Parts: sequence; structure tokens; C-alpha cells
Amino acid sequence: MAEVTNASVLATLQEKFGDAIEHAYEPYGMLTAFVKREQIIDILRFLKEDSTIQMNFLTSLCGIHYPNNEGKELGVIYHLHSFTNNFRMRLEVFFPAADVDMPTATVLWPTANWMERETFEFYGINFVGHPDLRIILNVEDMDYHPLLKQYPLEDDTRTDKDDRYFGRDDNKGVHFDKFPGKAQLPNK
Amino acid sequence: MQQYTDIEEEKEYNTLNLGPTHPATHGIFQNVLKMDGEIIVSSEPTIGYIHRAFEKIAEHRPYYQITPLTDRMNYCSSPINNMGWHMTMEKLIGAEIPKRAQYMRIIIMELARIADHIVCNSVIGVDTGALTGFTYVWQDREKIYEVYEEICGARLTTNIGRIGGFERDFNKTTWEKINDALNSIEKRWAEFERLLSRNRIFMDRCIGCGPITAEKALGYGFTGPNLRAAGVDYDVRVMSPYSSYEDFDFTIPVGTNGDTYDRFMVRNTEIWESIKIIRQAMNNLPEGNYHADIPEFYLPQKDDVYTKMEALIYHFKIVMGETDVPKGEVYHCVEGGNGELGFYLVSDGGRTPYRLHFRRPCFIYYQAYPEMIKGAMLSDAILTMSSMNVIAGELDA
Repeated sequence: MAEVTNASVLATLQEKFGDAIEHAYEPYGMLTAFVKREQIIDILRFLKEDSTIQMNFLTSLCGIHYPNNEGKELGVIYHLHSFTNNFRMRLEVFFPAADVDMPTATVLWPTANWMERETFEFYGINFVGHPDLRIILNVEDMDYHPLLKQYPLEDDTRTDKDDRYFGRDDNKGVHFDKFPGKAQLPNK
Repeated sequence: MQQYTDIEEEKEYNTLNLGPTHPATHGIFQNVLKMDGEIIVSSEPTIGYIHRAFEKIAEHRPYYQITPLTDRMNYCSSPINNMGWHMTMEKLIGAEIPKRAQYMRIIIMELARIADHIVCNSVIGVDTGALTGFTYVWQDREKIYEVYEEICGARLTTNIGRIGGFERDFNKTTWEKINDALNSIEKRWAEFERLLSRNRIFMDRCIGCGPITAEKALGYGFTGPNLRAAGVDYDVRVMSPYSSYEDFDFTIPVGTNGDTYDRFMVRNTEIWESIKIIRQAMNNLPEGNYHADIPEFYLPQKDDVYTKMEALIYHFKIVMGETDVPKGEVYHCVEGGNGELGFYLVSDGGRTPYRLHFRRPCFIYYQAYPEMIKGAMLSDAILTMSSMNVIAGELDA
């Protein structure tokens, strides 16, 4: 059997799917391919069923949010693993926040079910074709998606806590500029 | 006049609420079961009762402050979580860890695995009606916790180690306690196995209870002892060795049926293998430093902080999260008590992770639970859950 390497898998994918593979690189040795949303399931199916590559295991599936990355704000990241070749790779799909429909991977791996529910809950990504897309960890009537970057960690009406002197800026944590004049050095 | 045609169609099912705080589920799990007498027709699990938004919190905490979050996932083996996270950071910054520190980590991680498996297997005993073994072997778990206590001062949520190695070298008492724990476990675990492994009542109860095939287990993303019990020899320690596991000689036990008995036996055998690994690590412990030479990330000794300028500066920078980290994305996984515990870290070079995703083995395999207990008796559902070792902290993050 031919050895499966980052280069060989990438070459196979590019030959088979052409433009659907936008670009690829190898951070810390793991092949990472950015692919088009329309073909993600075809690519996953090919990787899973190809007799050489045999990506039989979906290790994880999670979302990510880049609010400033216009047109590609939201992403879904798949980690795949081939037990037979002991080869891991990562696929990333990015799409605009206004259009959050994403094909479901539950058709290939039942384990994608809860992973996609979690991703839906955290990022509001709508997995089309998912058998039971509901919130899984938080309360059922929660009407926002907490891991989106626009939601601060703490309640921004809180005024008793101000740690701008410790290097925290506006987009990470408390919104200080809403409370001018309230800044105090922490009590010793 | 009404005619009776099909009686089966009009069969009535009962709805049974199992949980969220049922004493037999060992944690906060709710399952709404549809019952036909005592047979489970279907079940609907609800999770998230102790969801603490770790992934969101992690985006707002400097790297050292994430270690205590990992403690609270699988709290039966928190050192593995801590070290998995530290190793992820070391992979991101490209730190080289001395062999001695790696071996010390292996000793602690294997002790944690033993503690985890002791909990799981003794609780299987409890759920089948054998409480005695449980009360005995928990003394050994206590001995392991004393080892943690000697190293880091904490017992359950350990926050053990540092990015780069350990906070201090193991002292004489630690080595004595490790030795003592191993001797005691070897003796008592053999006794525990004599009590249950070939016990006719226990075997009748466990064999064929909550089985899963290898194919289904792979599809559902099983890892760890539950996958190995189904017959797939996947272990992160062997497939992607970290922390010098490649230096050690040990075997990976596999089962055949993927039922409760196989899961029990796989964990039993893993305890013996872990003891073997710890003994090898202690006998071949290399000389050298117990931490890597990375002053920008490794918290300095407290004495030095009080007396040396550099140490004070680094201490301040690390605690305040002012050290620069490389930009990049990295995935690192370790073999936790329940399977592949993965950390997917995206760093934008800031003081906190841009995104940190925990691949929590419990969360992933618990979704197979309704299928595994379908058609089983109610009491089998309890036993299946405890043999899968579903830890609420890891499930809900």
C-alpha cells in the first residue's frame, strides 16, 4: 500500500476536487485544507471511503468565529483520523455569518450528531439535514449563541470590576469605555 | 359497536424519569425512558446540568489560568487533563521537555489512570450489588491522592505541574508514597479481581449487558477502554506517543463483545499495565532537570521571585499573561481515563487563546447510550452507564 503523507493526500484531493480545495498548509505537521462549503460532504465521504486514505474516524468537529474576516466570519473545523494509516488531518470550511447553512456530517458518522448540536448551540450554525438540531448544553430557550465573539464573557452592566490596568482591552472581557470615570486602581 | 382489532397497537407505555439526581446514576444525568414493563423501549438523554462554559471562559483567561478549568472536566483523573493542556501549550511554543520531566509526568498520568479505573470498576461492582470491593479499593485511590498531595498540595482538582514540567522535583517522601501506593494496589487489586472477575453471579450479570459492535463504536467516536472493549486496539499512547511513551514496554488489552464485562476486564488489565509502566519509569528515571528551560512560560520558584530581578519580572509577566505566544493552530491529544482527550487551540498571539476546543471523550460517546440500552432492562441501563464511565464534568464541560 502506498504510504499516506500530507503531500500525497493533498495531491489526491486537488486532483479529485480541484478548485474546492482553496488552499492548504501544515501547521505543526498536520495537513490543514480549507475547502468550499458545497463540497465538504463529498470530500469527507471520499476521504472516508477511499481505499488508500481510509479516514474512518471523525475525531472532532467544532466552530470558530472571526467577526472581522468579512464574508468568511464563521467556520467549521473537522479533525479526521485514519486508524489504519495513523494519519490525521484537518478540514476547515468558512462562510459568511449571514448565510449559516452547512451540510450535516451525520450522514457519514453518527458521532457528528452531538458535535453539530454543540456547534449549533455555540455559533448558530444551521446543519441542514441534521436529524435533531436542538440546543444541547444550555437551557432550551436560550435565544443567542454564546461563543460568538460579540458576546462578552461577563455581564457588561457590571460596574464593580475594572481591570484595564491588567492589560485587558475592549474586545476581551469587560467594555470599559462604557463607564468613563469609574476606573479605580484595585483595592489593596 | 366498537370492534377490537389489534391489541398491540393500543399497548400503553410508561414514561419514567431517570434522573437528573438519581443516586444510581453517579452524577447529574437525566434520561426520559419509555418503558414497556421493565423493558426500555427508547430513551432521551438530557445533558448540560453542570455546563460551565469552559470554552468561552478559556477565551478570556491567560494560559496558566486554563489549567484549573481542565481539572474540572474528568475530575477522576485531573492530572491527565492538566498535563494534556500543558503539553498542548508546549507544542504551540515549541518547548523541549527534559526526559526526566517526561518520565515524571508519565508516573503521575498512569497513577491518575489507575485512580480513574479504580473508581469505574469498583462502581460497576456496587451497581451489581457487590459493595465490599468498592470500600476496599478506595483505600488505594486514597494513597494515589496522597501522592498528588505531596507534589502539588491538592487532591481532586490538582492543577498539577507547569507549562514546561513540574513545579518541583519529587522529594523522598513522594517516591516512598508512590512505591507504597503501587505495592498496596498490586496486592489489593489482585484480591478485587479474585472477588469479581470469575464470579459466576457477576459474570451472568455483566456479560451481554450494554454491548456495542466495533463498527458502531467507531461510528459513534468511541475511544479509550470502551472502544478497546469492542475490539479496536486504538490507544493514543501507542498511535501518537507523547511524553516519551515510546520508551516503554506495555500491552494494550482489547475485548471482543464491547459489553459491560469486557469494559470491566479491559480496565482491570490496564491497571496492571499502568503499574508496569510506572515501575519502568521509576527504574529508568533519567538524571536531569524537572522542567524545561523556558523562563518566559515556566513559573519561577517562589524563592527566586523574592530575591532575583529576572524571576520577579517573568513571574509578573506570566501571571499577568504578558508573554507573547506564537500565532497558530495546534491539536494535541492524550489518552485520558476515558479515551482521546484532545485540545484544539487557535492562538492569535494574544494573551488568551482565540479559540480552545476540548475534545471530551465522554461527550462524544454518551450519545450512543440510548442505542446501547434499547431493549434492555432498567437495571441494565444503570450498569451500562457506570461501565461506560460517563463523568458529568467532562460530559458537560
